[in-house]
Amino acid sequence: METVLANRVTRRVVEAVLALLGVAVLVFVMLRVIPGNQITASLGTEASAALTPSQEAALRAYYGLDQPALAQFFGWLGNVLTGNLGISQRTGQTVLDMTLAALPVTIELAILATLFGLLIGIPLALLSASRPNSARDAVGQLVGLAALSVPSFLLGAALLSLVSKYLHYNPSAQGFARLFEDPGLNFQQMLFPSLVLGFGLAAPIMRTGRSALLEVQTQDFVRTARGKGVTALRVQVRHVLHNALVPIVTMTGIQFGYLLGGAIVVEQIFSVPGIGRQVLIGLQQKEYAVVQSTVLVIALLFVLVNLLTDLLYRLIDPRVRAS
Amino acid sequence: MTIDVAAVGLRLADGRSRAPAWRRLLRSHSGLVGILLTGIIAVAAAAAVLGLTPYDPIAQAPIDRLKGPSPTYWFGTDQFGRDVFSRSVAGVANSLTVAIVAVSLSAVIGTLAGLSAGFFGSRVRAPVLAVTNVLFAFPPLLLALALASAFARTWFTIAVAIAIVYIPIFVRVTRGPVLSLKESDFVKAARVLGFPTSRILLGHVLPNILPIVIVQVTLSLSWAVLTEASLSFLGLGTPPPAPSLGSMVLDAKALADLAWWTMAAPGAVIVTFVVGLNLLGDGLRDAFDPRSGDSG
Repeated sequence: METVLANRVTRRVVEAVLALLGVAVLVFVMLRVIPGNQITASLGTEASAALTPSQEAALRAYYGLDQPALAQFFGWLGNVLTGNLGISQRTGQTVLDMTLAALPVTIELAILATLFGLLIGIPLALLSASRPNSARDAVGQLVGLAALSVPSFLLGAALLSLVSKYLHYNPSAQGFARLFEDPGLNFQQMLFPSLVLGFGLAAPIMRTGRSALLEVQTQDFVRTARGKGVTALRVQVRHVLHNALVPIVTMTGIQFGYLLGGAIVVEQIFSVPGIGRQVLIGLQQKEYAVVQSTVLVIALLFVLVNLLTDLLYRLIDPRVRAS
Repeated sequence: MTIDVAAVGLRLADGRSRAPAWRRLLRSHSGLVGILLTGIIAVAAAAAVLGLTPYDPIAQAPIDRLKGPSPTYWFGTDQFGRDVFSRSVAGVANSLTVAIVAVSLSAVIGTLAGLSAGFFGSRVRAPVLAVTNVLFAFPPLLLALALASAFARTWFTIAVAIAIVYIPIFVRVTRGPVLSLKESDFVKAARVLGFPTSRILLGHVLPNILPIVIVQVTLSLSWAVLTEASLSFLGLGTPPPAPSLGSMVLDAKALADLAWWTMAAPGAVIVTFVVGLNLLGDGLRDAFDPRSGDSG
């Protein structure tokens, strides 16, 4: 059985590496399809049209655009693997430095959002499942439906407008405070973006949680616990919730991609200098180097988290391990 | 979600003998409310496509700038004096067009790919699953964003970008049930009778996975509408001046102090529509799957 598990783990890791290689190819091809190149992006279309042939050739050689596509691809991949992610024309910084500054911000956002998602989603699931098809259940499901249906850009924009209009409070108007420099202001600036993201995350957590709780509730050991006089709340938390955690944890892990995508929107609304905003600005400025390396980093993160969720899930639940 | 949907197909055999699915759909609360909400929005969108909005959605009336909701302008006007109601309805029509084209493309391509990956050997399966794995390695919105900016920006290329993101979902939900249907007696019988593979796939296997596809189409429609709106909110969706719900909310963000209705109207339209589609999807899933009656 040990070898079966080891084989499965190896297979998943190989699959993940192959998928990442595919991601690299796809990202590279996509950015070559975008109209305009690095020269038009840095000089503007009019200035680049006025270049003499020798100037243009020099610039093409400078950016490596005169190389065959395959050589460009492997050159880029080799650079990425050795930690050279390129340089941003706009900021003059290396993409590696930009990413190292932006990544912790997005990870902090993702962790806070996951916490809010669990804090909203699990109590809702407990509320709904405690009496299925009752008014309570309807309230829980309605909030879950709202979380599923209100897009984060709408919730974020509305929250920002309402709070700054009526409470005259907009922490995002000041420059961004990093976590270890000014934790107080940082938390204020992260509160709304992570609430918005977390609210969206609460929907799948609530739905998965509810059906998992309903399923566990019908099992014999729950009836036994009730029969021996354990209080209702304790049965619900200690016996039922505890056994329903595996699908909830899995669902939370699966939603990591949603978090990374949603981070693009939320970081844009609340001016949070995270990795999503870095991609968006890169796309708007047509900065190849920034976009292709950042997208690759995000995909790497996403694949890693998926892999970890998958492996954790096998470790947590003995039933999955055995089958 | 994948597991839920996959289970539907396996239980379809005993589902057939009960009341027909559409009747069960109409009997469930969520199905009924879902049909009602999506119906209202779909009719409004159809009217907008036919040019039946009260005002021209892109006509400017500078004298009536930023007017609040009134009998003349039901949802008020924006900073250019354009009628917010007409723009919201035209915007939902645009979003819906993109979403329908995107989901149709991904449903057809994804289902066919899922059918082949489940039915044929590793020569077909390996490349299909490899592509699926690569597409699944991107966070969905990021992939849509990158694809949308790779193409020239028209409503059709945005639909194609969204379609590519959703193809792997259809592959994944159809392949599992096809794997088990392949081993079922009626498919084996059809093989023994010497039916051509295309007839077995399209005439015998496909009808049995259709319920899964239909449920997935409804849910994907709501995601596609949200994705289109998110892209246009980020400035990478349907190009202006064509009204789009996302860019309306973006414009309204700057006006929120002066004109709350410019955000409330497109927001209400999009939420109504997505709630409707989600309820319809839930209702359909329950209707096709008699065992999951507890979530109605």
